[in-house]
Amino acid sequence: MDEYKGKTLSWRLSDGVIELSLNRPPGNEIGLAMLDDLERFVAALPALEARASALILHSEQKAVFSAGADLRELYEEAQKIDASAAAKGVRAFLERIHAVLNKLDTSPITTIAAVHGVCFGGGFELALVCDLIIADKMARFCFPELRLGLIPGFGGIPRLKRDIGNGVVRDLLLTGRSINATKGLSVGLVSQVTAEGEALRVARFTAAQTTKFDRGTSSAAKQFIKPLPAEELRREIDIFCDLFGRPAVMEGLRKFVENTGAHPYLP
Amino acid sequence: MKTIEETTDEILNLAATHFKFPRTNLAATDDFYKKLGIDSLQALELLTRLENHFGVELPDYEVQGVSDFHTLATRIQARL
Repeated sequence: MDEYKGKTLSWRLSDGVIELSLNRPPGNEIGLAMLDDLERFVAALPALEARASALILHSEQKAVFSAGADLRELYEEAQKIDASAAAKGVRAFLERIHAVLNKLDTSPITTIAAVHGVCFGGGFELALVCDLIIADKMARFCFPELRLGLIPGFGGIPRLKRDIGNGVVRDLLLTGRSINATKGLSVGLVSQVTAEGEALRVARFTAAQTTKFDRGTSSAAKQFIKPLPAEELRREIDIFCDLFGRPAVMEGLRKFVENTGAHPYLP
Repeated sequence: MKTIEETTDEILNLAATHFKFPRTNLAATDDFYKKLGIDSLQALELLTRLENHFGVELPDYEVQGVSDFHTLATRIQARL
């Protein structure tokens, strides 16, 4: 299927480049609907990869790449069931999202996240599966999970630690502060910073460059330089699920969901 | 080194330009959430524009609770 339009995303293969566009207003929140669509995409991916050299992941939302996991859905679903069932549901969701993200992470083709605006939490973790992050100068990256009494659960810590220094990971994780694209470039998170609104265009130039190389060689190079941190990813799921069982987490989720102020995105 | 007045003035100019608000109607003591009518995403956008303009990092926790231009200017001034 060279083209697909789902509820939360669409994809298109053209001239050896796949473009996966997130489009779930308001913030491309990653909940059950987007997970379903992402699973559909990774199921179609092997056939697409056979005719592609690169994948570009980007957002169609004006001010947001992705605001992260759908916390409202998580809270509302957890309210309908007892704590034990909620814990099982969270683990099942994490297993599914990890399976999807691991497939994207280990795709044999070159993957590029074209990021603008808010790239927080699970959205940041989604961008981190890509080989390159090309960000416009208005992009912001953040792990706000600690304010909810949680750690990032979509593989963010192991993947960020694979790419940049542990000290920077601790700074982002333990302060919950957000950083802009220029800072991201200086710490090695971001490959290229573009003018406002130009990340996708620059990502397309970069993707076109990858089509000039032998696919087998690119794939071998990627396998060599980008191993999947499988053991740490497993541990992350366990730690997340242990923390999720604490009462403070549900209280944090309730506060976030009920927050009508101007600062819900500020840690 | 810029003075606090210069920094405040640059912030007001930037906010007026970006949010298409008459500069003459903006004052240092204004609550920018109320005056500009901005939401959290736009506040983050303003934060990023200020960081890019002044070439500084402004951790979110330093500006959390700040809602007037003058206090924002003091936070930026501390990092220039």
